[in-house]
Amino acid sequence: MTATIFWQLVLGFGAISLVSVGGGIAVLPEMHRLVVDVHGWMSDADFARRFALAQAAPGPNVLVVGLFGWHVGGVLGMLTATLAMTLPTSFMAFGFSRLRARLSGRFWLRVVERGLVPIAVGLIGASGLILAQGTATGWLPAVVTAASAVFVWRTDFSPLWVLGAGAIIGLAFL
Amino acid sequence: MTDDPPRPVPTLLDMFLTYGRIGLIGFGGINAWARRVLVEEKRWLTDQEYAETLGLGQVLPGPNALNAAIMVGDRFHGTAGAIAAPVAMFGGPLILLAGLAMFYDAYGEVQVVKAVLAGVAAAAAGMVLGTAAKMTQKLKPPPTLLAVGLCALVAAGLLRVPLPYVVLGLAPFGIAAAWQVLRAK
Repeated sequence: MTATIFWQLVLGFGAISLVSVGGGIAVLPEMHRLVVDVHGWMSDADFARRFALAQAAPGPNVLVVGLFGWHVGGVLGMLTATLAMTLPTSFMAFGFSRLRARLSGRFWLRVVERGLVPIAVGLIGASGLILAQGTATGWLPAVVTAASAVFVWRTDFSPLWVLGAGAIIGLAFL
Repeated sequence: MTDDPPRPVPTLLDMFLTYGRIGLIGFGGINAWARRVLVEEKRWLTDQEYAETLGLGQVLPGPNALNAAIMVGDRFHGTAGAIAAPVAMFGGPLILLAGLAMFYDAYGEVQVVKAVLAGVAAAAAGMVLGTAAKMTQKLKPPPTLLAVGLCALVAAGLLRVPLPYVVLGLAPFGIAAAWQVLRAK
């Protein structure tokens, strides 16, 4: 990885990080602009494949930036991109956490926290829908998704069971 | 909300290991798994507390799972916790992902690999949907708050409105609805 690419990763993902209200994936189009359009580091297809790989792997979705970094700078590129994307906002979140502790118990803080709960839950549902739109390429994956949703909703078994079942069904039929 | 026995408080090591595990099993994103482990298995947080932390994590810039991990870490162990939880959550998956990137560069086009990934991805999508249903059921939101949640679901999941607009646009409505609910108590 050259010094030029290092700074391009730091400045590019650092800037994206600071505007990523709503989470890392909310700024995916902006990441596409940075790595495909501005710097020409990879093709559209490469971008989509890296994203799919990060989706299929465990871990925070935002780790996809690590794969973009890997593509241009190997291990160092992966670390650089990931830290650029996570460190600046981490300090903000920490500062906010301290502020929240100082204000804890205030009526208006409880109102704000309570009011954001349905948005948080709705957005989990939305990310499920978006994932499902990407994976439902036929009736079988759609059935796997639906069965998995009902299983996780209605039982207390670990979701690892449905993921294992998904892997086996994929291996056998897809 | 039922009167459960007092909830356990994690040690720093326990929290580090637990967040490490959440990271490594976190297929389809972290939030569904963090809820599963922190609320159901460990009982460190209630559904309400977890959802509140995640909600604040959504309106702050940055990955919401990361913001939530920092806040949960800080809540139990201050600065050390705020460092330990996210480092554990990112560290394991990053190592795994480096290995996976190498593997994928070599074998990504192999049919078996593609098939297994497709099956896991379909199941993970269902798991995330199931988690949202489960949280809604446990939180029992009053109708106004439920409506705000459904708006977020439709706007982000079906209409594909950019997330910053969804979060900042719906926050005033959520807060107004919560104000109405809490004032009535």
